[in-house]
Order: sequence, then structure tokens, then C-alpha cells
Amino acid sequence: MTRTVRRIRRPLQGAAVGAVALLALSACSSSGPDSSAKPDSSGSGKLSGEVTVFAAASLKESFTTLGKQFEKEHPGTKVTFSFGGSDSLAASITGGAPADVFASASPRTMKIVTDAGDASGAPVTFVRNELEIATLPGNPAKISSLKDLTEAGLKVVLCDKEVPCGAAAQKALDASGLKLTPVSYEQDVKAALTKVELKEADAAVVYKTDVRAAGDKVEGVPFPESADAVNDYPITLLKDAPNTEAAEAFIALVRSAEGQEVLSGAGFLKP
Amino acid sequence: MTPPTDKPRAAADTLRGGPRRRRVRTGVPLPLLIPALTGLAFLIVPLIALLVRTPWHSLPEQLTSADVWQALRLSLVSATAATAVCLVLGVPLAWLLARVDFPGRGLVRALVTLPLVLPPVVGGVALLMALGRNGIVGQWLDAWFGITLPFTTAGVVIAEAFVAMPFLVISVEGTLRAADRRYEEAAATLGASRFTAFRRVTLPLIAPGIAAGAVLAWARALGEFGATITFAGNFPGRTQTMPLAVYLALQSDPEAAIALSLVLLAVSIAVLAGLRDRWMSAG
Repeated sequence: MTRTVRRIRRPLQGAAVGAVALLALSACSSSGPDSSAKPDSSGSGKLSGEVTVFAAASLKESFTTLGKQFEKEHPGTKVTFSFGGSDSLAASITGGAPADVFASASPRTMKIVTDAGDASGAPVTFVRNELEIATLPGNPAKISSLKDLTEAGLKVVLCDKEVPCGAAAQKALDASGLKLTPVSYEQDVKAALTKVELKEADAAVVYKTDVRAAGDKVEGVPFPESADAVNDYPITLLKDAPNTEAAEAFIALVRSAEGQEVLSGAGFLKP
Repeated sequence: MTPPTDKPRAAADTLRGGPRRRRVRTGVPLPLLIPALTGLAFLIVPLIALLVRTPWHSLPEQLTSADVWQALRLSLVSATAATAVCLVLGVPLAWLLARVDFPGRGLVRALVTLPLVLPPVVGGVALLMALGRNGIVGQWLDAWFGITLPFTTAGVVIAEAFVAMPFLVISVEGTLRAADRRYEEAAATLGASRFTAFRRVTLPLIAPGIAAGAVLAWARALGEFGATITFAGNFPGRTQTMPLAVYLALQSDPEAAIALSLVLLAVSIAVLAGLRDRWMSAG
């Protein structure tokens, strides 16, 4: 290589690196409508492309199962999930996160999305969920009621009040006139459950479905006050959904008899 | 990318008998200027956006609310306590790494640096496995002394110290390596023990380095999020530090989150201003 050539190439390299960095940065922000294939114009209803579903943390196990079923029924589709606290999911949707479907654990968090005009059509309740106390396996603290959680020396974790499971727990506590000071307000229901699974906390107020999903790592204690705080789970198609057709099909699957069977199997109540 | 050396050319010049005259071009080549300005904008625009979107009209009431003060006070107290822990443990560790030649020193240094590059949330999980109520050390703490660290302010301090200590150790170790060892040797020949020499000679010598390391560690501790929420949980007044408050406020009250962020931004700028003469005088 001659010297002149080398001297020219260096700045170009710099430019190339800069361009790559720019591309990388812009790739982070692109909502990528190209990532979901367009439904074919023949209208044969053949679905393809990616469906992005934002769902409450408590739906993790059942929705993952339904996602696999969906992919099996519609080859060429891919269901991508983002599970988390309903509130932070709602915040990221109103903040412009690219998603097709939103399934939240409370009408209040769904309202954040509908108020911002990001939902398409009216949300429908597809399941309901009841609270339960999760204790250590074998229930060494002998917890049998909500009142037992208020005993001194017990480490109890609740969900943060901003998250549906925290709001529901607060409602149940208020209904029974109890004051409970937890050691932590966790950011979502799975985080609260994990603290019990790791034996860092003695008990957590979570959903029945979470207790069931955790298998023998925790033990569930039902309590009557949970009837005062049953959570409705609404689901909706989002207005800026990159893949509307497939998203509608996924919602249909969730609401179908087959979908409801999976959800009931996970411990959810019928709407 | 390393800058090109002029060695071969210099050799060629001497062969030809003296350097060739070349026209000195001032001005910045466009292929450098564009990414440079983009990079600058990328770093600055988000901060400007924070200022633009600040709810100035409601800022006073946001900042005077009890919750904000509670979180800020906890943040300042725990970050300061974490820095104290870092100083007590980190300075001797830095001295060991810089002054004592023991086998495996390189490995120890790498291990000390690890929390610096480790994702903080991984640090939190690791702390939980070690010092949690069920952890490999924590279960004995609980059994023998009845001490449980998760969900306590002490847990916050530990999480922050874990992520901040490497900053201090590396900073102090670098200062120690650069310090003139002849002063210590002179002290030794005058009969001072090694510890006396450290206390009376080395410490004053490296004090500026320790101060800079402490400020860095303090800033890192103040901003700690991942390890804290994983290890210490989130309880207002006990373990809810400013970054946790920002994160949770963003989900319900974005204005409060922006106001809280502004406070942290102001603190960060103050830290940078404090380090100005060490970091920004290169120009």
C-alpha cells in the first residue's frame, strides 16, 4: 500500500466508525415496522411476523405457554414477550415502546394506556386473579390468616402500591382493618415472590397463580379477605401495533376456550 | 485506534537529508467532525431535555415534599457511610496492592476491579447469596448474632460499598505507584516502623489521591440502583434511595421523577466541579 493511500484511508476509517456508531444508535431507537412482515394482500388470513406482547409479570407462565401454542398454530409467526410490573409496562407503552398487545393486571393500569389514546378499541377482561399469602415451604411461621402477617419479627414483602398486586394487597388489608408494615415494597409481583423463594422474607402477599407457578418452593395460604380484592385482567390491542392481524389472533387465542383452559390451569379465575 | 507514528517517515527524512517542508493544514477533517459533534450531542441533549421538561412551576413543592427529602437524606447518609467503609477497607487494600509484592498480586488486583465492570444487579444477587438470611455467610450472621442485612439500611450501605470500593482502590493504588517512595525509605532509615511511615509520610503524600477516589466512590454509591433494589429491597425511609425513588416515581408521577432526577444531576455536577482541577485541567 502506498503512503498516500494509507493517509486517505485513515479519515475514512474514522468516518466508517462514526457511521457504524450512528447506525447502532439509531437501531436502538427504530421501532422497526420492517421487523414484522406485512400481512399478505390476498387476505387468506395467513399470519406471519413478530407479535410483541407486554404482559403483567403474573401472566408469565401461562402466556409463555400460549405464545408457544400460537407459534405452532401459525408457522412463521414469533411471539415476543415483555413481562414486568403493569405500571412500568404502561409507562413504556405511553412512552412509545413498540408493542402489539397489552395485558395488564388491573383496570387502573390499563386506564393509563387508554387515557393516553394508545389502545385500539375497548379493553376486555380475560381473567381474574385472587391474592394468596406465599410462605416458606412447610409454613414454619404457622401463618394462617392475613392478621398473622402483622406479628412482630416476621419479614413480609408486599408489591409496591403502584403495582396492581400491591394495590390489591392494600385493599385487602384496608378491608380487614389491618396495618401491616412490610420490609420492602417490591417493583413487581415476581420480585416479591422471589424474596420468599430465596428465604430472605418469611411471607409475601402475591397472586394465587404465582404461588402455583412457584411449585414447591413456596406454600400458599388462602385468606378470606382476598375476595375483597380480586383483580380483573384487561387485554387490548394497541393503536400503533406494528402487526395488527397477528396481534388480534393472539388476543383471540387468549380469550378462546383453549386459552382459558391454560389460564385456569395456572390458577386464574374465569372473568 | 493508535495514532500513526512518524518513525518510518522520520527515518526516511534523515535519509533524504532533513525533513521535507509540508504545508500545515489547520481545520478539522469532516469525517472526524461529524461523528465528534454527533457524539457530543448524544451526551448532552438528554441532559438538556431533562432541564427542558422540568416542571419548574411545581418544582418547589415537588422538592419540599417529605418523600423526596426522606429519599435524599437516606441517599446522602448511606453513600457517605459506604464511602467511609470504602476508605477504611480500601486504602489499606490499595497499599497492599501497590507496596507488597506477593504471589498472585495481578489476580487479586483483577478480582478487586471486577465489581467495577460487573453489572450492579449481578452484584446484588451475589450479595444476596453471600449475606442474605439464607446466604453462605448470612445464615451464620443470623444464627450467631441475629443480624440480617437484606431490607435494612445497613444492606444499602453494603450494596453501595460493594460497587464503589473498586473506584477508590484503583484510584489510591495509582497514586501510591506514582508517589515517590524515597520519602518512605528515608523515614525507614530514620527509624520509623513501616506503619509509622505509612501514617506520617505516605498518607499525607497521597491524600489528594484518596480524596479524589473518595469523591468518585461517593458519587458511584449515590447513583447505585441495581445492587440496592436486589439486595436491600425498597422501603421508604429505610432502603428507598434516590435512584429507587426515581424509578418508582416514573411509573406513577413522571414530574416527580424528573424533579428527583434534577436533584441527582445537580449533585453530580457538584461532584464534577469538585474534581475539576484533577480531571478537566488537561486542556
